[in-house]
Amino acid sequence: MSAVLQNLVNQPYKHGFVTDIESDVAPKGLSEDTIRMISAKKNEPMWLLEFRLKSYQAWLKMEEPTWPNVHYPKIDFQAISYYAAPKQKPKLNSMDEVDPELLRTFEKLGVPLHERMALAGVAVDVIFDSVSVATTYKHKLAEVGVIFCSMSEAVLEHPELVKKYLGTVVPTGDNYYAALNSAVFTDGSFCFIPKGVKCPMDLSTYFRINTEESGQFERTLIVAEEGASVSYLEGCTAPKFDTNQLHAAVVELVALDHADIKYSTVQNWYAGDENGKGGIYNFVTKRGLARGVNSRISWTQVETGSAITWKYPSVVLLGDNSVGEFYSVAVTNNYQQADTGTKMIHIGKNTRSTIVSKGISAGRSNNSYRGLVRIAPTAVGARNYSQCDSMLIGDQSGANTFPYIQVRNNSAKVEHEASTSKIGEDQLFYFAQRGIGAEAAVSMIINGFCKHVFQQLPMEFAVEATKLLGFKLEGSVG
Amino acid sequence: MIAQDSKTLLEVRGLCATVNAIEILKGIDLTVKSGEVHALMGPNGSGKSTFAKVLAGHAAYEITGGTVMFEGKNLFELAPEERARAGVFLAFQYPIEIPGVANSQFLRLTYNTVQAQRGKDELDPLEFDDFVREKMKLLEMNPDFLDRSVNEGFSGGEKKRNEILQMALLEPRLAILDETDSGLDIDALRVVANGVNQLATKDNAIMLVTHYQRLLNYIVPDFVHVMDAGRIIKTGGKELALELETRGYDWVGAEHEASARVTA
Repeated sequence: MSAVLQNLVNQPYKHGFVTDIESDVAPKGLSEDTIRMISAKKNEPMWLLEFRLKSYQAWLKMEEPTWPNVHYPKIDFQAISYYAAPKQKPKLNSMDEVDPELLRTFEKLGVPLHERMALAGVAVDVIFDSVSVATTYKHKLAEVGVIFCSMSEAVLEHPELVKKYLGTVVPTGDNYYAALNSAVFTDGSFCFIPKGVKCPMDLSTYFRINTEESGQFERTLIVAEEGASVSYLEGCTAPKFDTNQLHAAVVELVALDHADIKYSTVQNWYAGDENGKGGIYNFVTKRGLARGVNSRISWTQVETGSAITWKYPSVVLLGDNSVGEFYSVAVTNNYQQADTGTKMIHIGKNTRSTIVSKGISAGRSNNSYRGLVRIAPTAVGARNYSQCDSMLIGDQSGANTFPYIQVRNNSAKVEHEASTSKIGEDQLFYFAQRGIGAEAAVSMIINGFCKHVFQQLPMEFAVEATKLLGFKLEGSVG
Repeated sequence: MIAQDSKTLLEVRGLCATVNAIEILKGIDLTVKSGEVHALMGPNGSGKSTFAKVLAGHAAYEITGGTVMFEGKNLFELAPEERARAGVFLAFQYPIEIPGVANSQFLRLTYNTVQAQRGKDELDPLEFDDFVREKMKLLEMNPDFLDRSVNEGFSGGEKKRNEILQMALLEPRLAILDETDSGLDIDALRVVANGVNQLATKDNAIMLVTHYQRLLNYIVPDFVHVMDAGRIIKTGGKELALELETRGYDWVGAEHEASARVTA
């Protein structure tokens, strides 16, 4: 395909700068001592250290998965530093005490931390390398009983809640990267929405990896009690390095009776350069447990970054009449590889799930959808609708769909639709013949292709996602 | 609608073009003035559609010789989208489907892009909706077309109407209709032809690329050109089309060869 398409996709990554800040970086390598060190730095209770050590033992016995449709050199887990934190006062009383260099960093990323400048109506927890540096609107949320803070803080201040729910959705030995995360996770966000409360504002976490040879292992836990509801947004960026950084997060969502959790991600990790050098390895386990009757968990993701993405935000539909949703746009360019999708596990009666996945591949990238729909024998009247569409830009990219459907109840209804399309020269010529240049044409085609997913995003995110895709695909057409 | 003071819109001299190194156009000469309707006829493979696409700037064709001036400018110095904004319109023989893009959105973008180029006001979605519905009446189109994806699942006739709707919106200086009559039943043909006739003015020109005389019963050409093997080998008035209808194309080719021998 011609140069216009290629140029459209190859816009520079604008978040690739490094913050020059004095950091406390742990020596490279992973052992029980590393884990004890992390736990000690965070003054963790004994039960959590045991949780970590048990996970580590499980991880040691596990094999790195090879089934995803991605290829990369073997990761040397001893060459990674498992803890990196900017040096600052141990306890911050207000935003004014945050290192100005950090404030500048987040302002540059479009996430101002001063509440007077902050995005109206969105509370933000920001994670820089291994630690949470600030959480906005914490007090305002506390007034309605919503707990929104860093995981480290939650462990110390709400240990009973953390202990009750941590690892209940993603068990320590769930998979290779989840086990690793359970052993070495450093920080993340904790949200607790008590019974009957509709969270008055969107909650958001912004993840930033800054240190070159550190991994980021964050852990997020969101619990919505009976009748509670929350909309949570996650954003991420990283500097450009020639080396690969490992990001292995675990996100657990728990929805009790009639609770509603909506989790949206715009992932823009550094994807590596046009030759495939550098970029983040994004190996993430995200799972929601729709535990209560009539509960609902909805994942929306826009994945544009990372050298490799390996991620399947899933929902376990345990409660009767519970609902699981997965809306995804995954864009890959250059040498990026994505193997992403979802799992919908139907256990309760009359459970319903919807999967809408849109994959866009440009350059020499490879984009795979992998999804599992499992209907357990108990899931009487379960329903699933899946739609997986792929779009190819240029003629060197690839798209694959791997749907797995397991139905063990006769009354279930499962539908799967898939399509592949291509932005071709003839479409672009048609636009050109009507006066519309290639960039505007691609943007219109892509937005049309993704609109069912973008509609699910909160407003500010939808705008951001549309812009991001424009950036990402500028120069890919021609 | 030829006026005394009509201006030359298009001047094609010795145009040669290849696709995949195969020569398709072998020296076309043609002059089109404002207010004129030209019909370009000829058997399959004679190069009619190639000529249309070359004028619009399709990247698959390489220009190997000759010149094309459009309103005094070298057409080949303009990118395809610039030609469109300058007023060259091609109604496609096979309009491509664009899934996911609403027709209304597409029509508004193309309209506003061309308006902006002409220094005229752009329309917001509500204003455009009123405007486009009015234009759709011209082609007896159902307003549902606005909500559907561009050309997706349209029948052949619906696609052609959508093309002429775009012509109505963009008000081109030169409209090239590439086999707009193919795939149309007689009623649709009448509607489309009627639309085109209403859009013809003394300031623009229309070039009809067609196999059949039947379209020319509805849109009456001032000139009929016969193409064969990449050249225009005969030009006449509207009566030439009728003659072609009864006698076919072979005699034109034979006559052309004979005269070529005489000149040689």
